[in-house]
Amino acid sequence: MKSKMVRGILAMLVVPLPVCAGLGGEASSVQADQAKMQGTLRSTSADAYTVHEIQTAAGVAVKEYASSAGKVFAVTWQGPVHPDLRQLLGDYFDQYVQALQEQRAQRHGHGPVLIQQAGLVVQITGHVRSFMGRAYVAQMVPAGVKAEELR
Amino acid sequence: MKRAHLWGILWLSLAGALAGAMGCGGGSSSSTTTGGGGGNGGGGGGATANVQSIVVNTGPAAGPPTNAPYIDGAFTSVTVCVPGSTTNCQTIGGILVDTGSSGLRVLSSALTIALPQQTVGGAPIVECLPFVDGFTWGPVQMADMTIAGEKASSMPIQVIGSASFSTIPASCSSNGPEEDDLASLGVNGILGVGSFAQDCGEGCVVSGAANAGFYYACPATGCVVTTEALASQVVNPVVLFATDNNGVILEFPAVTGAEASDTGSMIFGIGTQSNNGLGSATVYGIDPNTGNFTTTYKNVTYTDQSFLDSGSNAIYFLDKATTGFPTCTDLTFWYCPTTTQNLSATNQGTNGANGTVAFVVGNADSLTANANDGVANGLAGPNTGMFDWGLPFFFGRTVYTAIDGQNTPAGAGPYWAY
Repeated sequence: MKSKMVRGILAMLVVPLPVCAGLGGEASSVQADQAKMQGTLRSTSADAYTVHEIQTAAGVAVKEYASSAGKVFAVTWQGPVHPDLRQLLGDYFDQYVQALQEQRAQRHGHGPVLIQQAGLVVQITGHVRSFMGRAYVAQMVPAGVKAEELR
Repeated sequence: MKRAHLWGILWLSLAGALAGAMGCGGGSSSSTTTGGGGGNGGGGGGATANVQSIVVNTGPAAGPPTNAPYIDGAFTSVTVCVPGSTTNCQTIGGILVDTGSSGLRVLSSALTIALPQQTVGGAPIVECLPFVDGFTWGPVQMADMTIAGEKASSMPIQVIGSASFSTIPASCSSNGPEEDDLASLGVNGILGVGSFAQDCGEGCVVSGAANAGFYYACPATGCVVTTEALASQVVNPVVLFATDNNGVILEFPAVTGAEASDTGSMIFGIGTQSNNGLGSATVYGIDPNTGNFTTTYKNVTYTDQSFLDSGSNAIYFLDKATTGFPTCTDLTFWYCPTTTQNLSATNQGTNGANGTVAFVVGNADSLTANANDGVANGLAGPNTGMFDWGLPFFFGRTVYTAIDGQNTPAGAGPYWAY
């Protein structure tokens, strides 16, 4: 058990964590996200996409939306804490952090997050013990799918 | 337990490997008396013992070197002492009054006295507090806090950005931007006087993967998430007061457009003194798990997804497609209608109480054009999935926040009344 865990951790040390996981990654990476978040997974398919729902042990409901091309084009979450956003936003996490820092530097104040860049939309709202968020890559959203239905 | 330790140690090395990108905060500079916006002098506040002056202005980061004026933040000062001491004390201004969180948090760069560290099994406890727009990281230390004649003794607080704990675990920094110095936080500290008694609650008492992950034990070998008993958690100071300990009232004069500052009051207790009765206010019950109630705007209902939050700096709701209001060209997180819009929404409590709220949405470019203005009624912006009644909601109102489990003349909290 222990050696298995160590192997897993060593693997993560060798392979940088965010690669191919979460937003923008392969749909097959959902299992890695599930393992990282120690959650249960349920997948349902609609016409344009498959929804992979992860319920984390800490009470966060995470959804990853994968296109028929097998790419995760959107993620959403709701719960008392944030899920691991570095895992969930994958390669887009650093872009999100930098964008929010630049935005806050424009005029100071605290409140919900609204990042609206050409290649990345991040919306986070709530307060301690009640958070909700949505992130998607507009170019990857399948034709005919509206952002509002990603919740 | 052993497994958790192993995880922690390995995680730390992983965190170290990834740490390059995250500049560790940790101001080592210190100042004698903090100034800035909330510098209201001593902890006394006003003539009445339970009334503390609060002011909305550009805050403690407005001047050099940070030059980061705040907009729509309510500031006050608190006095912290080494527990049991009446001389080893410091009054700190520029503290943001936040009904959206619970507990006192102070920047280490604003703190000049040394406070005792909370420990478990000899290891210091360090907290990662997730806010909507990032996180604060720093040790849990003990202080006596006095404000407006009220005293909270031996109270756990978070000291943000301490140089002694500059390595942030990856599981904490995964919450978003680090907000551990004056430039990033915009304030000297946060006084959380929200509807919960503790910042985390039962979520941090449970062990294993279900733990919410706010508290870390940090021996020399590295930080590991730990369980934290309710009594040890960073606590809403109000519940530790000898009297006036069931809630807080925020009261502000009405504001039109933008102004330099607006001075209001924070009154401790609900129905405990002659100056804090509910009067004709309507009581709105709130969900004890989420701290939310319900708001309907036109035909959109946010069920259990709406909240009053003095720590949010605008009213955030819907999006530009639904409201029809454009967002501003540069400040894309705020609305910029050409003329001020008079709107209304309906709030509904878990107790069935409901009432209409009139509010305005102005042009944020105009409202924030003058960097010396710290107050703006009408500041509003888009929000996804929730309705956030930020500080402008509090202007011209008397708003009561009753704390979860505390008795009041209108029954036990949590509730809001206004």
